[in-house]
Amino acid sequence: MHEFSITQNLLEIALRHAEKAGAHHITRLNLVVGELSSVIDESVQFYWDIVARDTLAEGSELCFERVPGSLRCLGCSNVFSLNGRDYACPACGENQVVVAGGDEFRLESIEVE
Amino acid sequence: MRVSVLEEVFSANDQLAESNRRRLDEAGVFGVNLMASPGAGKTSLITRTIEPLRGEVRIAAVDGDIATTLDADRIAAFGVPTVQINTGGACHLDAAMLQRALSKLDLNHLALLIVENVGNLVCPAAFKLGMHRSVLIASVPEGDDKPYKYPVMYRGVNALVLNKMDVLAAFDFDVQYFRRGVEALNPGLAFFPMSCKTGEGLDLWLAWRRAERKRGGT
Ligand SMILES: Nc1nc2c(ncn2[C@@H]2O[C@H](COP(=O)(O)OP(=O)(O)O)[C@@H](O)[C@H]2O)c(=O)[nH]1
Ligand SMILES: [Mg+2]
Ligand SMILES: [Zn+2]
Repeated sequence: MHEFSITQNLLEIALRHAEKAGAHHITRLNLVVGELSSVIDESVQFYWDIVARDTLAEGSELCFERVPGSLRCLGCSNVFSLNGRDYACPACGENQVVVAGGDEFRLESIEVE
Repeated sequence: MRVSVLEEVFSANDQLAESNRRRLDEAGVFGVNLMASPGAGKTSLITRTIEPLRGEVRIAAVDGDIATTLDADRIAAFGVPTVQINTGGACHLDAAMLQRALSKLDLNHLALLIVENVGNLVCPAAFKLGMHRSVLIASVPEGDDKPYKYPVMYRGVNALVLNKMDVLAAFDFDVQYFRRGVEALNPGLAFFPMSCKTGEGLDLWLAWRRAERKRGGT
């Protein structure tokens, strides 16, 4: 539901970097979307075609790299995936974790000409 | 040609949230963002919090919950200025919505602002509002596995209320298991088992809220 405003933010970031690079046209955006980020890439795609119209980014392609949710054990630094049931580290049994990945929604780079 | 960007798309919202925070700080208002699933007891906790503070503290509420349109009326019935945000079906409040809501309040005459976010455990975690504290309300009927399913929400809050303790006996809710998940992500998190129905546990929550307002910023 909230992808429309996110897509506008995305356009603002992409245009700012394209203009700085003196580009005439943005052909592609490379995005990283975490599984836990609350962003649904299909919805971003849907709004993108509307939002990018009549801008340097018109007709550009969105490429999503999806990152699964993962945790890092604070005991032994082992990185493991969420199972929805417990946070015990499968390597050392420790029960202290941080989210290591999956919460990001980042524009990595744009391709311009 | 490839141009490196490396920007978080949520940063625009984060910046607006910071400007909301500055506005509150300048006016001396302490802001609390309440998040929870629909029906966990956000509105109930707000009315329970407001009740003993009326006359003592100048309070206002911002209500964005879409589940029950009567929430703002329930809060306003306590004589507290309440701004209802029409989210148009959105799944969270964002900093821009809050900015508009702040403009409708006389901040210089307030000490406490309570925001009822939209009932959702995913999206509100991604959209900062600029409040001083974020509080999550879990409730017994939702089940004890939620800290394991919504780590981004549970890791990011400053206090956790476990509401509806009055019905604990009717559910297979293992409080130890629930807390283990919370502690794994957010060690030392202030934890308040409570019943908004019976009032059990409210005194500790009210004391915390009072102490945190004295401490101010994060
Ligand atoms: N048994 C019980 N019911 C509660 C408690 N707190 C709230 N409720 C009920 O749960 C329902 C949803 O509460 P509400 O405050 O509207 O939740 P919100 O959607 O998060 O704002 C209402 O019917 C409340 O009366 C509680 O501590 N115990
Ligand atoms: Mg409500
Ligand atoms: Zn480990």
